[in-house]
Amino acid sequence: MAKVSVNLNGESVEADDGEMIIDVARRNGIDVPHLCWNVRFERIGACRICVVEVEGNPKLVASCSTPVKAGMVIKTHTPRILEARRTNLELLLANHDLSCTTCAKNLKCRLQEYAHDFMIQEVPFSGKRKREEVDYSSPSIVRDNNKCILCEQCVQVCNKIQTVYAIGLQNRGFKTRVAPPMRMDMNESACINCGQCVVACPTGALTEKSSIKEVIDALNSGKYLIAQTAPSIRATLGECFGLPPGVPVTGQMVSALRDLGFQKVFDTNFAADITIIEEGTEFIKRFKENRSLPMITTCCPAWIKFAEQFYYQELHHMSSCRSPQAILASLVKTYYAEKMGKDPKDIVLIDIMPCTAKKFEILRPEYKGEADYVLTTVELAKLIKQYSIDFLNLPESSFDSPMGESTGAADIFGQTGGVMEAALRSVADLMSGQDLQRVDYVNVRGMETMKEAEVDLGGNKIKTCIVHTLGEARKLMDQIRAGTSPYHFIEIMACYGGCVGGGGQPGPHRKEILEKRAGALRKEDSDKKIRKSHQNPDALRLYKEYLGEFGGEKAHKLLHTTYTNRCIIKKCK
Amino acid sequence: MKTIGEIISKYRDRSDLIDLLSEVQEEYGYLSEDNMRIIEQSLDIPLVDIYGVATFYSSFKLNPAGRHIIRVCKGTACHVKKADMIEGVLDDLLGLRDKQTTEDGRFTLELVNCIGACAKAPNIMIDDKVYGELTKEKAERIIKEFTGQ
Ligand code: SF4
Ligand code: SF4
Ligand code: SF4
Ligand code: FES
Ligand code: FES
Repeated sequence: MAKVSVNLNGESVEADDGEMIIDVARRNGIDVPHLCWNVRFERIGACRICVVEVEGNPKLVASCSTPVKAGMVIKTHTPRILEARRTNLELLLANHDLSCTTCAKNLKCRLQEYAHDFMIQEVPFSGKRKREEVDYSSPSIVRDNNKCILCEQCVQVCNKIQTVYAIGLQNRGFKTRVAPPMRMDMNESACINCGQCVVACPTGALTEKSSIKEVIDALNSGKYLIAQTAPSIRATLGECFGLPPGVPVTGQMVSALRDLGFQKVFDTNFAADITIIEEGTEFIKRFKENRSLPMITTCCPAWIKFAEQFYYQELHHMSSCRSPQAILASLVKTYYAEKMGKDPKDIVLIDIMPCTAKKFEILRPEYKGEADYVLTTVELAKLIKQYSIDFLNLPESSFDSPMGESTGAADIFGQTGGVMEAALRSVADLMSGQDLQRVDYVNVRGMETMKEAEVDLGGNKIKTCIVHTLGEARKLMDQIRAGTSPYHFIEIMACYGGCVGGGGQPGPHRKEILEKRAGALRKEDSDKKIRKSHQNPDALRLYKEYLGEFGGEKAHKLLHTTYTNRCIIKKCK
Repeated sequence: MKTIGEIISKYRDRSDLIDLLSEVQEEYGYLSEDNMRIIEQSLDIPLVDIYGVATFYSSFKLNPAGRHIIRVCKGTACHVKKADMIEGVLDDLLGLRDKQTTEDGRFTLELVNCIGACAKAPNIMIDDKVYGELTKEKAERIIKEFTGQ
């Protein structure tokens, strides 16, 4: 692309011709305030908080949707600009439900942050307030339209990035609102619970459905308490306590859970290794029989619901293997309960997950009576703070046996490409019957939303594809439907970046931050001695003592699942 | 009467949506949920988008009309005299929020441009009769007369 030179606050800087002013400014260290802009979404230009001055232009322009031109002279914070931003903020606040202290986004809300930075101490307009019922119907997210500033970020991510089309703009003028169509509530809508809208929303209009209260009750119930923590939590929880992204806090996290009162802290990573053993075995079988290929991974409950709604005729392409969460939950309430001589009903299992969709997953009828509650990373941090635990100064401790050991392959589950890489490590060995040297499959790594990799496994060329975000998944599913899919094995994750970018992770979900989180997981992997799932000694012991063969009858009963045709929305043909 | 399928067959995609919805409304009097879903399926346009367009233009109706049509004038004169407030009062009174027709099918609320009685703004029209110089209290009284409460 042609380069142009522009003048930014008196300095000459280079830019791509046609690049938006906000992008140029950010590259040069100027974080222009914005409420309806995200680098990955379409530009809406609605909030006008991002206005800047362009010489020769009598009006201020929205920097998020104005392209630069050669020689443009731009200023980003003159008194006139600051005044305009202040006025625009006041207008947004004029009909806002100003109940910040009791808002779920308190201290995390960008509207609040800007109101604070711009010193808005009173709202001179007494606009008409919205009055809508808060929608608590979804198991995963809460919509409070009284807090909505119509920045459309949720609509963008839901419709353009995820292609779920659960919500959209309705009505006009003062009555404009964002909601599912036909007066459906969120639970009746096509929502797949990914929570990406929660992450995108700058205000308290979208928040996760909290289970903190229920968990506090459980902590005081006198029952036997077990926690499991998903692979990505250790790489993100520290951010909630002020650490920079990419600093793992595994040991402190386990200690904090013990301090909260959990008798056992198990690692979802242990179950991730089992997922790979089962999924790998299943893949090899299907590959040899040339049946139902490509096979698609099923760790992500948001993706599963998406497939059940929009591609129910292609469900036989899904692996039948449960997600690591659901595998550990199953084992806790069967194997572990038996081993300890406990009634599964006396065990409360709480999952710490990156993900609002896991709140939906545990409610699936197939998983009834297994996991009891899901807390997201953000909720766990709040609970730790409520219990006045000095998180950063905690000593480190390790997960409990017999479901606490994991291999490097499990560590990388929390990022896009991780499940595929872990699977390839095991499939390569299991297919060749050897203990191969190779553990690194670099082509499956990185943040591109669609990655292809062809690997040679014992003379067999296996074509894989890895996607994150469901708009990309849709492309692969349309290929499968048309019978033109060139792949054997596909990994799909709903969230941008995989679970490190989950709907329950602390924001903001900028690419650089997600990459740091993924880097932390990759380091955990490379530091481990054992890096292949099927060599996890505790997992092998579990198969020997309890489960029997890889992919055998008992393993199938406890570790696999079935899917439902959810063609509720008639959008699927 | 033309079937919904016959109507849809004349249109191709999203860019025709407004014309398509207009024709469906002309034929059936309103845009039913079923018909919107059939459009969703036939032309592969997401339901949120169809519903968004159907609620954006006040000329589209999502319910069969109620027994009484209340038209709130939103012309300039009435606007200046707080027609918005009158609309809000009626919404509350009738429990409408963003619906157009009351649950019991008694009233449909429509927004219209100048009804030619500017001198008495703000105005509403119920069926054929104009009610002018409205205040919150007066609007409440008129609705009560209709509902007999
Ligand atoms: S949770 Fe995901 S699917 Fe549901 S409304 Fe938000 S973005 Fe759409
Ligand atoms: S719900 Fe949040 S993201 Fe969506 S339009 Fe409202 S304020 Fe913006
Ligand atoms: S990618 Fe991970 S965090 Fe996101 S919805 Fe799927 S499982 Fe949850
Ligand atoms: S961020 Fe540019 S107009 Fe909202
Ligand atoms: S503007 Fe309302 S009657 Fe003319």
